[in-house]
Amino acid sequence: MNRYYWVLGAFAALVALLAVGLNLNPRDVPSPLVGKPAPAFNLNVLATPDKTLGPKDMQGKVWLLNVWSSWCVSCRQEHPVLVEFSRKVDVPLVGLNYKEVRGDGNFDMSKMPADEEKKLAFQRANQWLAQHGNPYTLTVMDLDGRVGIDYGVYGVPETYIIDKAGIIRMKHTGPISPDVLAQKIMPLLAELNK
Amino acid sequence: MKRRFLIALFIFGSLLGSTAALADAATEAATAADPVAEKRLQKLSEELRCLVCQNQTIADSNAELAQDLRREVRTMIKDGKTDKEIVDFMVVRYGDFVLYRPPVKGITLLLWGGPIVLMLLGLFMLQRYLRRRSTRIDAEDQPLSADDASRADALLKENDQK
Repeated sequence: MNRYYWVLGAFAALVALLAVGLNLNPRDVPSPLVGKPAPAFNLNVLATPDKTLGPKDMQGKVWLLNVWSSWCVSCRQEHPVLVEFSRKVDVPLVGLNYKEVRGDGNFDMSKMPADEEKKLAFQRANQWLAQHGNPYTLTVMDLDGRVGIDYGVYGVPETYIIDKAGIIRMKHTGPISPDVLAQKIMPLLAELNK
Repeated sequence: MKRRFLIALFIFGSLLGSTAALADAATEAATAADPVAEKRLQKLSEELRCLVCQNQTIADSNAELAQDLRREVRTMIKDGKTDKEIVDFMVVRYGDFVLYRPPVKGITLLLWGGPIVLMLLGLFMLQRYLRRRSTRIDAEDQPLSADDASRADALLKENDQK
């Protein structure tokens, strides 16, 4: 009798292990960038294309960097949360528009000249924000996704919280739900802004 | 004989060529220009995980990100970076998860050591089982008592008569 308990126990342990494993989110890859300085960039600002912005300009502030794109379906899902956030909270929210044109998949990039891509990207991004509301203090345009690679972006939307010293304190992959905002992001912002 | 060999070589070569053509057009053009660099790209790409389709390498995957990362690796090769520098570039951005062969360290100890530990555990249990079994068999392997022997004989005889 005793050894059957033993087998049953081993089986239960295996089931528990698999249950935990299956409930983990495989997308939740820990970012090595947390705790490191936000990678530098200097990208054109959507509203004022002749100006550029980079993390240096945000030094001394706690801010959010949100990676988005008009072709990204999950961004649409999180957008109302961001709009609500921007109304209520006085924390700069910088949008990083990621591969607006070439990420879409509907364009033959080998036939599109760079200036046309740029024009189209600005136009599409502006239109999307006009349509869905603009929660961003500013949006910068990462046309070819190079900055995205520096930030380890692999699934839009992604959100980074960067502290006053320019250190990345948190990364969230996937859409921000009201729960994530209330339970993870707001407490961290309050702590960093103390 | 020599001709047959040449034909085989030709078929083999064109097969190789067709898989390369499937990979993507950019690769093909670059291979023609610099076969050594492309070979390195291929080798490196097979070590790196595509984070979008997580069970593929960036060599296998045709996801956007995989293409971008291949382009990135190609640029770094052209810039004369070493393999280690290129791999470090990826690890800094995407973490150890980007490596198909994660390094042995604290957090991956279970991953690397787990199978060995399980095998040792299995061997230990097998050995214990076999030992117990043989002592049990030894214990049971007593010669029959005179009483039992006569009973067994009786039973066997009964069987023969049927």
